[in-house]
Amino acid sequence: MTDYTYTLLIPLIPFLVFVAVGLGGHKVKPVVSGLIGTSGLGISAILSYMTAIKYFFSAHVAGAPYTALKAFEVNWLHLTDKLTINLGILLDPISVMMLVVVTTVSFMVHLYSLGYMKGDPGYYRFFSFLSLFSFSMLGLVIATNIFQMYIFWELVGVSSFLLIGFYYEKPSAVAASKKAFIVTRFADLGFLIGILMLSFLTGTFDFQTLTDPHGPAITNAGGIAFMGMSVLTWSLIFIFVGGAGKSAMFPLHIWLPDAMEGPTPVSALIHAATMVVAGVYLVARLFPIYSIAAPDALHVVAWVGGISSLFAAVIACTQTDIKRVLAYSTMSQIGYMMLALGVSGYGGEEGLGFMASNFHLFTHAMFKALLFLGAGAIIHAVHSNEMGDMGGLRKYLPVTHITFLIACLTISGIPPFSGFFSKDEILTAAFHGNKLLFWIEYIVAGLTAFYMFRLYYNIFWGKERHYHHTPQEAPAVMTIPLVFLAFASVFSGFLPFHDLVTSDGKAFESSIDWMIAVPSILVGLVGIILATVMYRKESNLPDKVASTVKHLYKWAHHKFYMDELYLFVTKKIIFRYISAPVAWFDRHIIDGIMNGVAGIIQFSAYTIKGFQSGRIQQYAFVFITGSIALVLIYVYLF
Amino acid sequence: MIPNIPLNYFLVISTLMFFIGIYGFLTRRNLITMLMSVELILNSVNINFVAFNRYLFPQQLQGHFFMLIVIAVAAAEAAVAIAIIINIYRNFKAIDVSHIDEMRF
Repeated sequence: MTDYTYTLLIPLIPFLVFVAVGLGGHKVKPVVSGLIGTSGLGISAILSYMTAIKYFFSAHVAGAPYTALKAFEVNWLHLTDKLTINLGILLDPISVMMLVVVTTVSFMVHLYSLGYMKGDPGYYRFFSFLSLFSFSMLGLVIATNIFQMYIFWELVGVSSFLLIGFYYEKPSAVAASKKAFIVTRFADLGFLIGILMLSFLTGTFDFQTLTDPHGPAITNAGGIAFMGMSVLTWSLIFIFVGGAGKSAMFPLHIWLPDAMEGPTPVSALIHAATMVVAGVYLVARLFPIYSIAAPDALHVVAWVGGISSLFAAVIACTQTDIKRVLAYSTMSQIGYMMLALGVSGYGGEEGLGFMASNFHLFTHAMFKALLFLGAGAIIHAVHSNEMGDMGGLRKYLPVTHITFLIACLTISGIPPFSGFFSKDEILTAAFHGNKLLFWIEYIVAGLTAFYMFRLYYNIFWGKERHYHHTPQEAPAVMTIPLVFLAFASVFSGFLPFHDLVTSDGKAFESSIDWMIAVPSILVGLVGIILATVMYRKESNLPDKVASTVKHLYKWAHHKFYMDELYLFVTKKIIFRYISAPVAWFDRHIIDGIMNGVAGIIQFSAYTIKGFQSGRIQQYAFVFITGSIALVLIYVYLF
Repeated sequence: MIPNIPLNYFLVISTLMFFIGIYGFLTRRNLITMLMSVELILNSVNINFVAFNRYLFPQQLQGHFFMLIVIAVAAAEAAVAIAIIINIYRNFKAIDVSHIDEMRF
């Protein structure tokens, strides 16, 4: 077995950068801390590529299945002999793939931020938070046991909170960061309950033991049933709640659009490419146990994914803030990945959905990071997020225009861009798994193409607006990541994922099913053509369409009133009927008892303190009368 | 000795002295007068000692000796008390007890 101990450096370098820049960043010039952060991530990325090449190719015997191996493990908390918590590094196809995704996108975002954040007073703070996030995400990816994953899961949540609230002077950013933190924390409660149930049932935290198809965890699990499903199924559903919260799945998605208050590179890194796919990664990590022991939980995953993708795609068609369109698009694409996992079986050809999900995760990370970074370049040029303030920008921002167009074509699933391949695998998997979800995904594919090109035409075509100054192309440090990610978006579709990342580690043959691929291309093209007709030139056509489906449009524009629903439930029901009485009880009954005791003591103290007058003769009087009284009592009563 | 005087007379005298002393102690504001009142109380007790000793146990002398001890203690006590009073006077420029009420809540 080859030595992989050096992979320890991959998460540790960003951590050291975080500590160094966070503590000493204010003492050096801003650009120094930026360069330290970027080069640290660069080294991590190179190490990840080395690991990936070694794991997948050079250290791998051709034809043999890929096995999980522990590069490093320490016993971190030894609570009792049965309950120990380890920290370590687990390398298997999905974790190695995620290492590559996270470090690549993170490195690109660091590079891009060197230009994007220029002149910001919190420059070094930004880079230290980015490094903290990279460290947490890498720790999450390589976790050897579910408890380690939970620790880093929360760390990721904290760094997301810090970065969304980066512009802490803005009340909206503060509110958004709080919202994101509270909603994901709420979901993490489900995750924690799930972890406790699962580890209680199986007696282990370790992923390798948990996911071994012939291991004790899967074969002995099940047993006790609760409300028609085994407790194991319930525990996996609870774990999925945690994943759904992080991955912004319906109905826990409400934090993601608001999270766009953070700086755009943050949205690209955390809320498009890496953190939000943690939920997908979690399900993929536990996939054997989901698939073999709890297929009901997997159905939940599939349906939540399918509904989220449709729901988000409809909303994305009506939003006008370009980052929010991208946020809903992210939610929709993650729904695709969840759905692919949900319809997948275990092993060989059956595991097509698993492979497709990870494939889409990979390609999506590239093209969605590209879209967000492109949106950042546009916002950088026109100083606005609103589509209405943009138009005709293709002349001013040529590089951004081309790369953005590539990303739009990729997400719309037009061959030969990578999105076509991964989306096609998902559709094929859905076709074999669940026909209804398959048709939903066809609709979503059309909607995706439509809203992406609506965005594209509104930004780069149409009438020119009045700009404060002539929009300028971003500096090279920002366009290089765009070009790199555009290349990745174009070519990552040719990666042989069915050989590398499969549910049981064994390669299988998969080819494009043209019976499914051709209609999906056509659906995509229809979406693009529709968008071209409606938004290529300024016209009143969009308004006409909107007024014909007035109610649907209004509902979608208001995000199906999900925020209002949440506010209603929290403010009107939970606050008024639970929190307010509890607060009243606390304030009046609990505090009342304590204040009452204190009040009585104070009152009696005021009353009797007059005795302590300091007058000697008064004391003597009391003493003498008391003595006489005692004598009288003694004489007459006894 | 005075064989005709009964014990009751002595007791009445001593009781009167005792309560005069108490009264003086409680009502006088002047520390010196209060000290004098205390002496009165002590002396009333001395009269009791001597009278009981003489009338009940004429062969023994414990009462007499106890009286002597009390007188000695009273003398010592007067010395200490006067010293305290002088110090109070130096600090407060007064020997009126109604002014000396620093030690209170």
